[in-house]
Amino acid sequence: MYVYQDYDRQLLNERVAQFRDQTRRYLDGQLSDDEFLPLRLQNGLYIQRYAPMLRVSVPYGMLNSTQLRTLGHIARTWDKGYAHVSTRQNIQYNWPELENVPDILAELAKVEMHAIQTSGNCIRNVTTDEFAGINAAEVEDPRPWCEIIRQWATFNPEFAYLPRKFKIAVNAVPNEDPALIGVHDIGVQIVHRDGETGFTVLAGGGLGRTPMTGEVIGEFVPWQHLLSYLEAILRVYNKYGNRDNKYKARIKILVKALGAEKFRELTEAEFAELKDGPITLTADEVDRMRGHFSEPAYDGSATDQPAALTEALASSKAFNRWYHTNVHAHRQPGYAAVTLTLKKTGRAPGDITDTEFDAVADLADQYSFGELRTTHQQNIVLGDVRQDQLFALWEALEVLGFATPNLKLLTDIIACPGGDFCSLANAKSIPIAEAIQRHFEDMDYLHDLGPIDLNISGCMNACGHHHIGHIGILGVDKKGREYYQITLGGRGDKTSRIGEKLGPSFEADEVVPVIARLVDLYVEQRQPDELFIDTYERLGIDPFKERAYASHH
Amino acid sequence: MPAIIKDGTIVDDSWQRLTAEQIEQQGLPAEGDLIVPLPVWQAQRDAIAARAGRTAVCLEPGEEPSEIAADLDRLPLVAIDFPAFKDGRGYSYARELRTRYQYTGEVRAVGDVLRDQLFYMHRVGFNAFQIRADRDIEDALNGLKDFSVTYQGDVNDPRPIYRRR
Ligand code: HEM
Ligand code: SF4
Repeated sequence: MYVYQDYDRQLLNERVAQFRDQTRRYLDGQLSDDEFLPLRLQNGLYIQRYAPMLRVSVPYGMLNSTQLRTLGHIARTWDKGYAHVSTRQNIQYNWPELENVPDILAELAKVEMHAIQTSGNCIRNVTTDEFAGINAAEVEDPRPWCEIIRQWATFNPEFAYLPRKFKIAVNAVPNEDPALIGVHDIGVQIVHRDGETGFTVLAGGGLGRTPMTGEVIGEFVPWQHLLSYLEAILRVYNKYGNRDNKYKARIKILVKALGAEKFRELTEAEFAELKDGPITLTADEVDRMRGHFSEPAYDGSATDQPAALTEALASSKAFNRWYHTNVHAHRQPGYAAVTLTLKKTGRAPGDITDTEFDAVADLADQYSFGELRTTHQQNIVLGDVRQDQLFALWEALEVLGFATPNLKLLTDIIACPGGDFCSLANAKSIPIAEAIQRHFEDMDYLHDLGPIDLNISGCMNACGHHHIGHIGILGVDKKGREYYQITLGGRGDKTSRIGEKLGPSFEADEVVPVIARLVDLYVEQRQPDELFIDTYERLGIDPFKERAYASHH
Repeated sequence: MPAIIKDGTIVDDSWQRLTAEQIEQQGLPAEGDLIVPLPVWQAQRDAIAARAGRTAVCLEPGEEPSEIAADLDRLPLVAIDFPAFKDGRGYSYARELRTRYQYTGEVRAVGDVLRDQLFYMHRVGFNAFQIRADRDIEDALNGLKDFSVTYQGDVNDPRPIYRRR
């Protein structure tokens, strides 16, 4: 993990002091609401339905156990005893008091955490694959590049007042998109060509209103020029992005309006000027960053499929099932990555309590070198677990309720907070997620259905990523009443793809029956081993449409 | 005389900024230091330059430095207007003036200019700030000192932190 240097620490402390003063001036009436707004947003602070919401940055999803304990402590001391893992891998608190936020930030700073640029019209938290560094399929560990980008983006003076929010994701796995780079403002794909590291750079993807996937702008940007290239794109966006209409302000609208060709030309012109300048990366710096992400002290004698694991798999059906859903291959022999599902029925997807933070921190210390990762599916990963300890870990997770063996299945729902917390919502999300979880509670059936991504957003801002769910549910408002629109065929698995609208929206109590009918159709029509999404792609939307509205008028 | 922040201190300001409408109604002042809008400058460049007194051009968002690139050696000051502090185009313009055009004159932020933006503005090349009239200029001065460390290079020191260590 990246370990702070003195200057990183100093920067954070100065930030806390700055925000403390800004908050004081706001409370004293020296700053207007309007003036305080971008300042607090650049510190992750929204004013929400019931209280401010504070979004804490988790750079590329990496956390250590000390940080986790602090997150628990904050939940206990200044919130209502819980927090929430977001689809951008951050941690959100729903109930802090504005007056306490400077103290919360000071507490975070002690463990090298912050809320810098987690919202507002600036460069947001950089995200990547939750299996970064342990995925055997990746060309190299993307995290050093994420940290390089994080530092460049942090308080970058030219890009603090962009037309709109800006999100960058990095992926190192070929032909797959675990980091969802296709739906980010900039997506960075790490590629190796003739033994050299470089990047294919996409721009103009995004969800929300007018969802779209990004266009390739830079085919192969050599590693030295990563930051110059990003800076060139940002400068083009800062100068030409639409500022008249906030709904047309994202870079995707600019790329679409200009066309990828013209956008590339403008970027190249800026890049020509920056290239080989002082912003050029040095081998020393990249090596230094790589040094921060060196392997933990793996036991080199550990082997795959040890006897302890084989025996446990044979003796416990429940463990066996969990192993086959929630445990992932690891590039280090004898190790595995484990996903803790925060998707127990009756609990808002992604929620975690103060005592659970502590308990998970202990497990990370005991089983995974004290490190963990958050995922955009709102789960938590212990990245480096010895295979012969999986059974013991599973037993501990069972007690905590984090061993629900539903990862990637229909009840592993991604959902934004929706109308229960968010003042922008058109409809509730959490009760819909719960109703679906209750209906599909039979684990045998769920496993038989196989992987199905179901994502719910309470409004078109798409915080719940509904566009990229195989099944997406979007809260809409019709004459002051809550309705739900369904999309099908979105993908956030292999490659990012935007789903298609099924048709007119449904009332809340129709959602479960409609999902059940869609699933029934799939079961009737699937070919052996065919996934829901593949059946959908083979049949097209029409039969699903017909079935969904079959008893509807 | 009104005060501005320039090169880190509060100084009296001799410049007068006029809008296109004011110039149309009152004509060009015969003397004195004058900041004019870009369209006025483009339309009456020579008449303006012939006056007694210095001339500067003010860029609005959407008016890029390239429009005055050829004139920069006769402009002792370029003002960049922030009609709303949230419009960040001026940051890129200032940076371009300094790095692309190597402009060494005064680059002044005018309009909705507030304490909490000053640190960023200074880093992209502004060396003068006309603080919004209803704000305490002494207080705003503190904004220049918000941070003592930075990750990126900037106009004042182009080296990013990995070249400074
Ligand atoms: C509760 C307060 C929240 C507010 C006020 C809020 C506001 C917004 C807005 C306005 C957008 C649309 C931006 C645009 O398209 O230009 C958006 C998008 C988004 N937000 Fe939130 N959000 C909130 C909570 C969350 C939560 C809880 C999550 C994660 C679970 C989240 C993650 C996202 C994501 C992933 C997007 C999609 C952006 C994209 O790719 O285009 N937000 N949010
Ligand atoms: S999708 Fe809408 S309702 Fe849900 S969190 Fe985002 S802004 Fe709020």
